[in-house]
Amino acid sequence: MDNLLRIETNNGINSLNFFGELTLYTITQYDKTLTTHSFEQENKKFVFDLNGLSFLDTAGALFLEEKITHYKSLGFMCTIDTDKEQFLQTLALVQKWSNREESFPKPVQPSFLERVGELFVSYYVGFMGFMSFFGQLVFTKMHYLKSLKNIRYKEIAFEINEGSIKALGIISLTSFLIGLVVAYQSAYQLKIYGANIFIVDMLGLSILRELAPLMTAIVIAGRSGSAFTAQIGAMKITQELDAMRTMGFDPYIFLVMPRIIALMLMMPILIFIADIMGLLGGMIIASIDLNITIDLFLDRFREVIAAKHFFIGLVKGPFFAFLIASIAIYRGLQVKDDTQSIGFNTTKSVVESIFAVIVCDAVFSIIFTNLGI
Amino acid sequence: MKKVIEVDEIRTVFGTKVVHDGVSLSISEGEIYGLLGPSGCGKTTLMREMVMLQEFQSGSIKVLGKKVNTISHAEAQKLRKEWGVLFQAGALFSSLSIYENIALPLIEYTDLSEKMIEEIVRFKIDLVGLKSSDAYLYPSQISGGMKKKAGLARALAMDPKLLFLDEPTSGLDPISAREFDKLILNLRSMLGLTIVMVSHDLQSIYDTLDKVAIIDNKKIAYEGTLAEVTSVKSEFIENFFGEEQV
Repeated sequence: MDNLLRIETNNGINSLNFFGELTLYTITQYDKTLTTHSFEQENKKFVFDLNGLSFLDTAGALFLEEKITHYKSLGFMCTIDTDKEQFLQTLALVQKWSNREESFPKPVQPSFLERVGELFVSYYVGFMGFMSFFGQLVFTKMHYLKSLKNIRYKEIAFEINEGSIKALGIISLTSFLIGLVVAYQSAYQLKIYGANIFIVDMLGLSILRELAPLMTAIVIAGRSGSAFTAQIGAMKITQELDAMRTMGFDPYIFLVMPRIIALMLMMPILIFIADIMGLLGGMIIASIDLNITIDLFLDRFREVIAAKHFFIGLVKGPFFAFLIASIAIYRGLQVKDDTQSIGFNTTKSVVESIFAVIVCDAVFSIIFTNLGI
Repeated sequence: MKKVIEVDEIRTVFGTKVVHDGVSLSISEGEIYGLLGPSGCGKTTLMREMVMLQEFQSGSIKVLGKKVNTISHAEAQKLRKEWGVLFQAGALFSSLSIYENIALPLIEYTDLSEKMIEEIVRFKIDLVGLKSSDAYLYPSQISGGMKKKAGLARALAMDPKLLFLDEPTSGLDPISAREFDKLILNLRSMLGLTIVMVSHDLQSIYDTLDKVAIIDNKKIAYEGTLAEVTSVKSEFIENFFGEEQV
């Protein structure tokens, strides 16, 4: 890059002749020439000749400024030679605002212990936050039940449609496929022992008691729970929640309760549909793979599967629904004033509600086993 | 004159950051009162404290004679019907049309007939200078200026005595901003409102405000009329009102 920067030494003076445009994009080229050139120690004077330069931006001026300070600190004399007023102004501007003594104050890195402490405090605060949300919820519920007039039927109906009716398709399809897959996998094993007819017992128990409620809850958590979080989070960012509060519309009554009630009402119905679809999938595989006709399947089903299994599945519904809706809404209310936290809280909402559903299912499992049902 | 808002020795702390340290001011009936100050001085926070969206650590705020920090649920609900708040970006309910937004408080709080409500909404829409053809548009379909007007119409729906405006002219073009100022002045003279606003818009401050409070460095640096504002020594006041004096 000799054509950009020519370095000449005569009479003990290093003259640096700059050509071209010294800008953000070309600084490195000048810098390379300058640093690779070896200056002799006895030549104590530098002249930065900018007369050949056609353009100088502030980054270029900063670069010159830095070089000059660098050489000065090494004991060289530096002068700038230019007759362009514009360059002098840029250099003066840079000199005025550049403050070498003070670099940006680095944020203090907390120590390991501090970070652990902060983490635990944040968990604790999060837990207490959820508890206070829960308390508010119960309080509002009490308030709510004082008068039937307070119940927002229109909102509940809307949420039933949005959160549940529109989820029917995907829930039917998933449980149908689950029934299909479970039947198909067990058919292979049962054939070995010639125990074909037991497919009915297996499917009946597992789908009615566990698979249908769990699958429904997981689909609803992923589909409607995430929607709750995102909706309420966005309303928080656009200050709609604040606006509601200043108008005296309690968001718990207008937004929270309708969603929770709608989902609690609809969950058993969704589970019922999932039961039907799952068993349908199982029946199809049983008749194709194990030669168990639909009639035979249904006869055996009536014989071995007690109604209590069906009801156990349904009973779980409102509990799962409550967990999903309250976690999703709590997460929505946790959204801070930035868009990133919508994504963060939506993820959390889905993960936490699925986890809570599975824990709740395990608890039910223990309770029902101990009660002997 | 009757005091509408009395703020007494408010102290607000966020984490370790002290926002207000002994802020006191009072706002009389019929005034257009401005909260001014540098960015981050807690003007909007103070306003949020007045409308019970934000808690404060000590001191008291009285709005329309009620202490907001010790108010009962029922009294708070009553108070909320007596004021209107316009948020910076309008904060219209995005799932409702402009008409429904304005009608919502009327539907919820009154037993007026549908026809009467429509009448009132139409009047409020005209009042703030929106066209009746805009009534059935949704907030996502209208411009920022229209959102503010619609937000104002919603704030005025219940005929409040007190109106809070958070940066009413920010984000508006200069012409709309001046129109908005005129609108605010007209509203005050027509409806006898008391208006509290946070503003950065110098023109709007000179055109509309009767009294200002300047919050700087956690305290009230000045409270009084605009004419005497430069008598007080404060870096913010010099920077903000300085050019006018030259």
